[in-house]
Amino acid sequence: MAEFLQFLFSGITVGAIYALVGLGFSIIYNASHVINFAQGEFVMLGGMGTVSLMLAGLPMYVAIPLAVCLVVAVGLLLEKFAVEPARNAGVITLIIITIGASILIRGVVEVVLGKDYHRLPPFTGETPIIIGGAVLQPQGLWVIGALVVVVAVLRWFFEHTRLGKAILATSYNPLAAQLVGIDVRTILLVSFGLSAALGALAGILTAPITLTKYDVGIMLGLKGFAAAILGGLGSSYGAVAGGLALGIIEAMSAGYISSAYKDAVAFVIILGVLFFMPSGLFGTKRTERV
Amino acid sequence: MQRQGDSLRRGFATKDIGAARATHVARGAAWLRTARHGGILALIAVLLILPVFLPNNFYYDVAIKTALNAIVCIGLNLLIGYAGQISLGHAGFFALGAYASAILTSHYKWPGLLAMLAGALGVALLAFLVARPILRLRGHYLAMATLGLGIIVSIVINREIPWTGGPDGMSVPALRIWDWRLTGPVTWYWISAGALVLAVWVSLNLVESPVGRALRALHGSEIAAETAGIETSRYKVLVFVVSAVFASIAGSLFAHAERFVTPVEAGFLRSIEFVTMVVLGGMASTFGALVGASILTVLPQVLTAFDEYKHVVLGAIMIGVMIFMPRGLVPTLMSLWRRRAS
Repeated sequence: MAEFLQFLFSGITVGAIYALVGLGFSIIYNASHVINFAQGEFVMLGGMGTVSLMLAGLPMYVAIPLAVCLVVAVGLLLEKFAVEPARNAGVITLIIITIGASILIRGVVEVVLGKDYHRLPPFTGETPIIIGGAVLQPQGLWVIGALVVVVAVLRWFFEHTRLGKAILATSYNPLAAQLVGIDVRTILLVSFGLSAALGALAGILTAPITLTKYDVGIMLGLKGFAAAILGGLGSSYGAVAGGLALGIIEAMSAGYISSAYKDAVAFVIILGVLFFMPSGLFGTKRTERV
Repeated sequence: MQRQGDSLRRGFATKDIGAARATHVARGAAWLRTARHGGILALIAVLLILPVFLPNNFYYDVAIKTALNAIVCIGLNLLIGYAGQISLGHAGFFALGAYASAILTSHYKWPGLLAMLAGALGVALLAFLVARPILRLRGHYLAMATLGLGIIVSIVINREIPWTGGPDGMSVPALRIWDWRLTGPVTWYWISAGALVLAVWVSLNLVESPVGRALRALHGSEIAAETAGIETSRYKVLVFVVSAVFASIAGSLFAHAERFVTPVEAGFLRSIEFVTMVVLGGMASTFGALVGASILTVLPQVLTAFDEYKHVVLGAIMIGVMIFMPRGLVPTLMSLWRRRAS
């Protein structure tokens, strides 16, 4: 039982990270039907940015918000100068552009900040909490708490603010949204900024647990993508559920079956979802209009 | 004379569309035909002359790698440029071919050509099984599935150490055809060059065949193509399988040419490199894929200082080409040249 609880705790902690990354994919996909393959780099930039700012002598409570602002700026630049010019191009063009952006960002960090591993100190110490014989790191609680807060804030944002409602309207029908006076281009910019902020947050929260490096964004991004697909692309709750499910399945299969294939689980799930239920757990079935 | 007869025949075949249109089509077809033959002849000439400019084994090796990458890109171009689908896992097929050859010839002592064939058949079957259900869906789905597949292949190769040597890689026996042992960069230069010419020939013929026309139709509008009676998912599956087999064979040749394979060949970044080569050279252009592969294989090898900035340059090329030259290098230059000529 203690063993099971242990796997469950680590699964939920990792799953909460995947959920945060998956939410980023979901928000951008909703607003623009673009899959932003650079989402993982936002995560890496959040962690690496905070580490670098702290190495420069800033205290953590200044470094974190500053790093988030930095990543949001990168997200806005990406939208403005790489995605916007190709807005009307096909799906393939946009996939290639966002992959190119992710490689570019990774390359710049590799050259400027180097290839070393870095670690952030945990936010509130390292005294483990013991529940039913299983160990829970305080940082894990921070991650789970952050996910809960993010989901609550996003819910409020999308249901009670003009901007949030405008984003939802754009995701349902961009043309109709434009007709009622919503500036669709601003919406796109906002959605990239929001996703970048979520990614940065995820990166900062995990840096004390899993270390950070210039290339951590690849795997985290792909896993978050898997979470978003599992939940149904474009569904926010789906991304959260998909992320948590993915984290738990991964932890259980690593614990009970084989840790060597832990990383493969997410991708087997991607294939399974595409074969058997292409709209995911919570996605709506899309029909194409001619 | 022969060309005239040909255009006459075509003219009769399309008589009912209207005489003016028919001669236009016929002239276009005849022109393409000569360009196709001319292109292959030019390629053969370049490949024959190139060894004169290769000073040592290192440059031969670069030439071999270029030719093998080009074969993968020519196959991938059929998928991206003509069928309008994208694969983010072609390195997986390349590696499967390479490791099939490596494992079957070393662990099981299979003859090299048989191992290569087995690898290609296995990859074809895998590609078929994956593509069949997924290509009926539209949009991003093939990208996601191939991405997942490629990463699974890469993880398996890294983990199954007794079979593959894991991250350290494994050495591969020389390719033997009966008693003839094929080794050395010069021999492999000619083998890769021959394979490249064959790949270009197959690709150009496929593009000009009814299959190629169907592919272009479904790239333009899938719904319109379906309305015109083209079974779009069947053609997409076909071209995906063909492109996977191209990658597998290139991988097998790579394994025997280098005599060593590592899981780096299966990595996600390798898949992205292949896509970048196709995009840079020009989508829907066989020679574009060849040019793209040549530039991106030769540059990093020749400019070693480039290595540190490899990712920066790769990423910048992908974004820049997509925004400023969405059709890629070769088609853009071709239309510039044609505009100047007329």
